[in-house]
Amino acid sequence: MAATMVEAINTALREAMAEDERVVVFGQDVARQGGVFRVTEGLAERFGPQRCFDTPLAESAIVGVALGMAMRGLRPVPEIQFDGFTYPALDQIVSHLAKYRNRTRGQLSVPVTLRVPSFGGIGAVEHHSESTETFWAHTAGLRVVTPATAADAHALLRQSIDCDDPVIFLEPKRRYWQSGDATAEVPTAGLGQALVRRSGTDVTVVAYGGTVGTALDAAETARREYGWELEVVDLRSLAPLDFPAIAASVSRTGRCVVLHEGPRTLGLGAEIAARVQEELFWDLEAPVLRVTGFDTPYPPARWEKAWLPGVDRLLDSIDRSFGYSHD
Amino acid sequence: MADFDPQPVALITPEGLPVDHPPFDVTLSSEELTELYEWMVVTRAVDAEFVNLQRQGQLALYPSCRGQEAAQVGCAAALRRDDWLFPQYRELGLFLMRGIPASAVGAVWRGTWHGGWGFPEHACAAMSIPIGTHALHAVGAAMAAPRLGEDSVTVAFIGDGATSEGDVHEALNFAAVKAAPCVFYIQNNQWAISVPLSEQTRAPSLAHKAVGYGMPGVRVDGNDVLACWAVTEQAAARARSGGGPTLIEAVTYRLAPHTTSDDPTRYRTQDEVDHWERLDPLPRYRRYLTHRGLWHEEVEDRARDRAARMCAELRDGVFDAPDVPPSELFAHVLHEPTKDLLEQSGQLLAELSRKE
Repeated sequence: MAATMVEAINTALREAMAEDERVVVFGQDVARQGGVFRVTEGLAERFGPQRCFDTPLAESAIVGVALGMAMRGLRPVPEIQFDGFTYPALDQIVSHLAKYRNRTRGQLSVPVTLRVPSFGGIGAVEHHSESTETFWAHTAGLRVVTPATAADAHALLRQSIDCDDPVIFLEPKRRYWQSGDATAEVPTAGLGQALVRRSGTDVTVVAYGGTVGTALDAAETARREYGWELEVVDLRSLAPLDFPAIAASVSRTGRCVVLHEGPRTLGLGAEIAARVQEELFWDLEAPVLRVTGFDTPYPPARWEKAWLPGVDRLLDSIDRSFGYSHD
Repeated sequence: MADFDPQPVALITPEGLPVDHPPFDVTLSSEELTELYEWMVVTRAVDAEFVNLQRQGQLALYPSCRGQEAAQVGCAAALRRDDWLFPQYRELGLFLMRGIPASAVGAVWRGTWHGGWGFPEHACAAMSIPIGTHALHAVGAAMAAPRLGEDSVTVAFIGDGATSEGDVHEALNFAAVKAAPCVFYIQNNQWAISVPLSEQTRAPSLAHKAVGYGMPGVRVDGNDVLACWAVTEQAAARARSGGGPTLIEAVTYRLAPHTTSDDPTRYRTQDEVDHWERLDPLPRYRRYLTHRGLWHEEVEDRARDRAARMCAELRDGVFDAPDVPPSELFAHVLHEPTKDLLEQSGQLLAELSRKE
């Protein structure tokens, strides 16, 4: 399937809606316009206004209404147009979407899949490039999923919609238009499972979403320039975390570098680093290192390339990791 | 929307005499009329038992609905059993009328479980502690009904304070735009803990707000059970037939403190409370039934018996009720617990067994 990620997500939505009448898609500009990224193009025409519709400009309502629908038995797949606009809905997501199953002692499932075009790298204006994942991963009751490739976007979205838990589905905008992805051949893993995108023996690079491509590029350079063999683990699911997959890789390589776009402090890298040293202390050749954005607000577009963790920052860190030795 | 009438709909005078307020009317049988009274008596009695149990240390907290029985009973009686209710937390009358055991309500106030036991099987959402956020859930539930091939109506119960919340604004607007089969039922009990309505809004009334959303707004005397029944019945019929949402403001009064932890003498006068005591919905409706020749001692006895049974159920279900097994804290986080959750559950169980 040589499709872009946008097309892959559109196909997943189309299939899910065709197979299950309970699946409804809504959000700002998703129907008449087909989404600002064209992810929902053609769904309103194909399935009609009961199944795919535009909403007022009200993010809290988009989530709250989806929750109410799910309580009654629908499987809503709402969209928040950009990462930075999930914050008005934070209360609905944290206080209600995440807690409703628990509040009803397991009596009600709320299978909402909240799609959010996310992360930076596309030269956008303020509030359109946020890494929100740690807010959701820190909240018990949510699944947090982010695909790295077009093929995986399709697989993960289908799995998310089928799942009885609420899923925050973060789509890396800067990979939206990539296609012809060789990883389409990767065997499908289940929801909640990480995948090794490239095998290597020297150091484990844990990445997700848009940074998986960065890690793979760095692995290529590392082999060519330095003869290092990087193993790249694509998390796919940020909550729950597939820690056994990380552990399996790190116990082989003895070194771990976590790569993400969001600020360093209390980012997902902090959790992974803590967990690795708690459980794999004697396997480690070096401290777990983090390669991240900075602890600043996301920069204006002219500085975004420099701000984002790229191949060079990752290779610097790997070099640092090799600088540690027991001898 | 030119059909706004600021005069609260009333079908019974404070003296208990019938009064016309077209186009609102009551089409209830004699039995149904006395049934409303019984539910008001039952609600008040069980409410008082909740307060007693809190005083005895069996409950951590309780928010009394004393004074709001007519607003709750009239509304609930006008709905079908498959119409969904989205309560705040002061809606004891609704819960009891829906068949939710008092002890299932008590689970929240004892701290046994968030949200109460088993509300959804009675077409009632779990109790919601954050103010007004559930109005959005009600809109979603209402929008689900036609998509599920149902003609059910969904009712969001909010208070005067909730009308200041952003989510309530989003809910009203969303419901109006989508013509959702939803009714927004405000119990304006005049006080949001210590903040009076005058500091909540400059709108002439809460029902006025409907005009801006493009939906009918109705003010009703919330201490008149028949008027509450009539306006709800019309709003539900309108929603059921595809006419979209209605905003109802039931003007009533919280005769009790906000909760058992509250001291209302710090913010309101006894004169004000006395004024509303004279407008108490129970004696008012009893006078009406007496006037109609429908009130007898047997009605009162029946109500007292039912209340006594419910109070006993509440005491039995609450007195030294066992806590849920601690493993349940981990069981309902996701549809099945992850390995990490099971490990954490095991840790807690081990810690607890060490303490025994």
